[in-house]
Amino acid sequence: MPSQGSNHRRVLGSQILVCICCSAAAFADPTSPLSPTNIFAPASTPAKSIFGLSLFVLAVTGAIFLVVFTLLLYSVVKFRKTKNDDGREPPQVYGSNQVELAWTIIPILIVVALFMATARVIAVVQKTSPPSNAIAVTAIGHQFWWEYRYPGLGVVTANELHVPVSDPVHPTPTFITLLSADTDHSFWVPRLAGKTDLIPNHPNTMWIDPQETGVYLGQCAQYCGTQHAKMLLRVYVQSKDEFDGWIRQQRQPAITNDAVSEGQRIFETTACINCHTVSGTVANGRFGPDLTHLMSRDTIAAGAAANTPENLQRWILNPNTMKPGSLMPAMELNEQELDALTAYLETLR
Amino acid sequence: MSAMSMAAAEQKLEWDRPARGRVGMFSLIAAEAAIFTIFVVAYLFYIGKSLAGPLPKDVLSVPVFYTICLLSSSLTIHLAANSLRRGSVRSFGILWLVTITLGATFMYGTATEWHRLIYDEGLTISTNLFGTTYYSLVGLHGFHVVVGLLALSTVMVFTLLGDVRPEHAERVDALSLYWHFVDVVWIVVFTVVYVIGR
Amino acid sequence: MSTDAMALPRTEPASRPIVARLHDWVTTVDHKRLGILYLIYALVFLLIAGVEAMIMRIQLIRPHNDFISPQVFNRMFTMHGTTMIFFVIMPVMFGFANYLIPLMIGTRDMAFPRLNAFSFWMTAFGGLLLYFSLVGANGLYGAGNAPDVGWFAYAPLTSRTFSVGHSTDFWTLALLVSGFGSIGTAVNIIATVLCMRCPGMTLAKMPLFAWLNLVMAGLVILAVSPLTAAQIMLLVDRYLGGHFFDTQAGGSAVIWMHFFWVFGHPEVYVLVIPAFAFASEIIPVFSRKPIFGYPVMVGATVAIGFISMSVWAHHMFTVGMSSAANNFFVISTMAIAVPTGIKIFNWLATMWGGKIEFKTPMLFCIAFLFQFLIAGLTGIMQGAAPFDWHLGNSYFVVAHFHYVIVGGILFALFGAFYYWFPKMSGKMYSETLGKLHFWLFLIGFHLTFDFMHIPGLLGMPRRIYTYEPGRGWDTWNLIVTIGVFFQAAGILVFLGNLLWSYFRGKAAGSDPWDGWTLEWSTNSPPPAYNFYTTPLVQSRRPLWDLKHPDDPDWKYE
Repeated sequence: MPSQGSNHRRVLGSQILVCICCSAAAFADPTSPLSPTNIFAPASTPAKSIFGLSLFVLAVTGAIFLVVFTLLLYSVVKFRKTKNDDGREPPQVYGSNQVELAWTIIPILIVVALFMATARVIAVVQKTSPPSNAIAVTAIGHQFWWEYRYPGLGVVTANELHVPVSDPVHPTPTFITLLSADTDHSFWVPRLAGKTDLIPNHPNTMWIDPQETGVYLGQCAQYCGTQHAKMLLRVYVQSKDEFDGWIRQQRQPAITNDAVSEGQRIFETTACINCHTVSGTVANGRFGPDLTHLMSRDTIAAGAAANTPENLQRWILNPNTMKPGSLMPAMELNEQELDALTAYLETLR
Repeated sequence: MSAMSMAAAEQKLEWDRPARGRVGMFSLIAAEAAIFTIFVVAYLFYIGKSLAGPLPKDVLSVPVFYTICLLSSSLTIHLAANSLRRGSVRSFGILWLVTITLGATFMYGTATEWHRLIYDEGLTISTNLFGTTYYSLVGLHGFHVVVGLLALSTVMVFTLLGDVRPEHAERVDALSLYWHFVDVVWIVVFTVVYVIGR
Repeated sequence: MSTDAMALPRTEPASRPIVARLHDWVTTVDHKRLGILYLIYALVFLLIAGVEAMIMRIQLIRPHNDFISPQVFNRMFTMHGTTMIFFVIMPVMFGFANYLIPLMIGTRDMAFPRLNAFSFWMTAFGGLLLYFSLVGANGLYGAGNAPDVGWFAYAPLTSRTFSVGHSTDFWTLALLVSGFGSIGTAVNIIATVLCMRCPGMTLAKMPLFAWLNLVMAGLVILAVSPLTAAQIMLLVDRYLGGHFFDTQAGGSAVIWMHFFWVFGHPEVYVLVIPAFAFASEIIPVFSRKPIFGYPVMVGATVAIGFISMSVWAHHMFTVGMSSAANNFFVISTMAIAVPTGIKIFNWLATMWGGKIEFKTPMLFCIAFLFQFLIAGLTGIMQGAAPFDWHLGNSYFVVAHFHYVIVGGILFALFGAFYYWFPKMSGKMYSETLGKLHFWLFLIGFHLTFDFMHIPGLLGMPRRIYTYEPGRGWDTWNLIVTIGVFFQAAGILVFLGNLLWSYFRGKAAGSDPWDGWTLEWSTNSPPPAYNFYTTPLVQSRRPLWDLKHPDDPDWKYE
């Protein structure tokens, strides 16, 4: 039935065209904001190494696809039963050793090439050890937020990671030790590096050396419970001066301000201090994020909402309205308590 | 097709295929071996990793006598199957009973060992990693011994009722394959727990 | 040539009361009836799991959607994955294996008919137990107590601390129970293929379908058992205070991953190898040529079986294994592509030089070839570990494995349903409806799963109930969701076709496709005893020999 074959061709042809156009559109220009989490827009050496490997792999698999696809297409078109078929069976061919050998050897060679390219990148990313001027950060995954500690610099913060930009000529990479306080998580900021998991009782390390300043986005990439979807990542890559300034600010204990003493009292007498730390005060809980410099952050609830007074109030009143399943309980405060508390928190710069 | 079946009658084809009881039992043994392998791997992986609590070398005593009982039962079951094949149902019955007794003795040994470990040494499945892996591995094996004993006892009952005859030798063979497997697993468990892990 | 003389003339007994007939079906040990029970069971769960997928895709149609809560979404993806793998694909493959293997090897039933029945009911009850979780504790509200830990249930999320209540226990116990059923069926398949072949049918002469199901059964034996072991360990942790996966006591979360994936990877070959078997039977018949390279096809499948036991940690490239371990699993993963590619080339060579008829089974198998090719290539991409550090746990993976399971396995399955439906029911299906199903489903499949790769490449992880706008994922998710409705339409047409044809289809006769294997030599549907006399075969295509006595196969191979 010839119409079947040409029907085939038409549909398949249009499918190919659609695929090509979409791919081209999607990836033509890595610097345009197609997506802030585009894996084909690397900005750091690990991501760049992976990008190079991915192009090689895509080229090889693309070539294989074109060859085999064409052969398949050809065979279903050329060898279809025609309208004026004579009714006899075609020549019965059982096999061919030479042909089998050919299409065994060639794939083996391709596999060897792919493996060698892969092994090289594994070595680059996994075997790099920190130079002396590397920044050391410990990231601890929690349900559903990120804790960051800079052991050498005496800083503890949450959810927004700040790192210095790295000059390719004199690199200042950041090496991150990945731990977990509860279940499995995964740190994935696509433009900076591939993802690495945070697994309890199984420390991991990764490193980044972002070469352009800016904010890089990502999110947790290992299912960790109800609010896995809103465990977002924000990495702020700053110039050396800005980064040093940020470190200095983060090392300060909390600013005390008598104008908000009522709010501070509420904070310190409700359950807040069981989970949160505000350095320089009695609050030293570790279950929830460190709030000493809460207002230095752009977002709250691990990126789930912008850090505005309204959102802060909504969050404290009932986290489940913004991030249902998050582990912070609704604090059951009345309106005045809420206002006072928020005013206090707003001073934690 | 009728042409084909007439041909069969004419040719009297030599057509040998393995017995399905044996093949089935070997397949089951392969599956069980895979389950045990995972427990053995877990045991080996966790050697020395307990954070607290009794250690193997402090509390384990090698069960030499009970091991000899269990391994000898492989011999007796083999002799029993042979007896049945040769036609002697009586000696089959006796050897079968000896096998069951030896297996039951092994289980008694496990029970007393566990009683000592739990009440005298304070080692339970929840004490530490050693406790968890030890009771799970030895317990899984013991469970398979018990299942085996139940099967063997069922055959014993049939034997006493006079229902087991030499033509059932193949089925008895399949069952004894299972019993040999249980013994081989004990050799592995013994080595891992009492030799390597101690 | 009519081969209807193979069985006794059909006599219709008086119709028995419905209760008696239902009782027959519930107590049957006949491989054909058990096969059909498996197939119907699988189709019911296909619908249920398909609805679960639709619910998820509606939630993801736009960012910050609130069609369902995160708790319900997490239960949906857990149930969808668990159901599709354990209660749709595995039963359907066991169903076809049970139905066809005795017929193809010329024997009366499986080696252990009662074990067969036991295995079916164990699998069936496992599924019912899993779904009972929906009505547990909270009733149907919020999907009840259904498991929400993902189908791979990573520790320590599954510990009592993080999984409060019994949802995880439903997952564990349902799979434990159905696992025993799977192992029982595997034992049965192995014993049947090795011990029950008709005279003349050496292993080298048996249909590829039998060979491939034999390899599948071997993999079930070696792969399902580690899952059983791991689930026993999980139960020990949850109920006896054990510490297998208790990281606070020095236990390892990673070892659960190893145990799970030692099961999980061979499991996907358990799912796909029977699909290969369907293609290997259907493509030759509709190309009018024997399968190209039969011995190589057998060897390649056995090789795939062996290698598949050594690739498991390619699901763990992001876990932080040493570079030596990562390299090992890169090699083994890429190595498995070689025998898999060989099979694709052999199917291609089977069609080459043939006279292809585009009946519905063949349409689905041709699509299978194209789509499985693509799925294999995206698999190679992920086998390059650093590339997988991006692709892993993203929508690229979800697209890849659905490409294999839907684009590969499900398409081949549809082909198999249409191909053997005449044999099982004695009726011909509607070719028009079959083609309508094909085109609807093809369009839907490609809309959904082609475009699903893109969010993965743009950084979208999996298992998220919602996503942020401004990441470039919105349009693609919309297109993906739209495709689902085409697929649903296709499936409804499929089921309608089966039902309508069963009652009103034309009589199919014993050999509607001019086939070459033994199942086409007996009636449609086959009598209870399958064959009037035990067949005697001399080649791989006994019916070809009968139909071409001047040019039989045994002269050539």
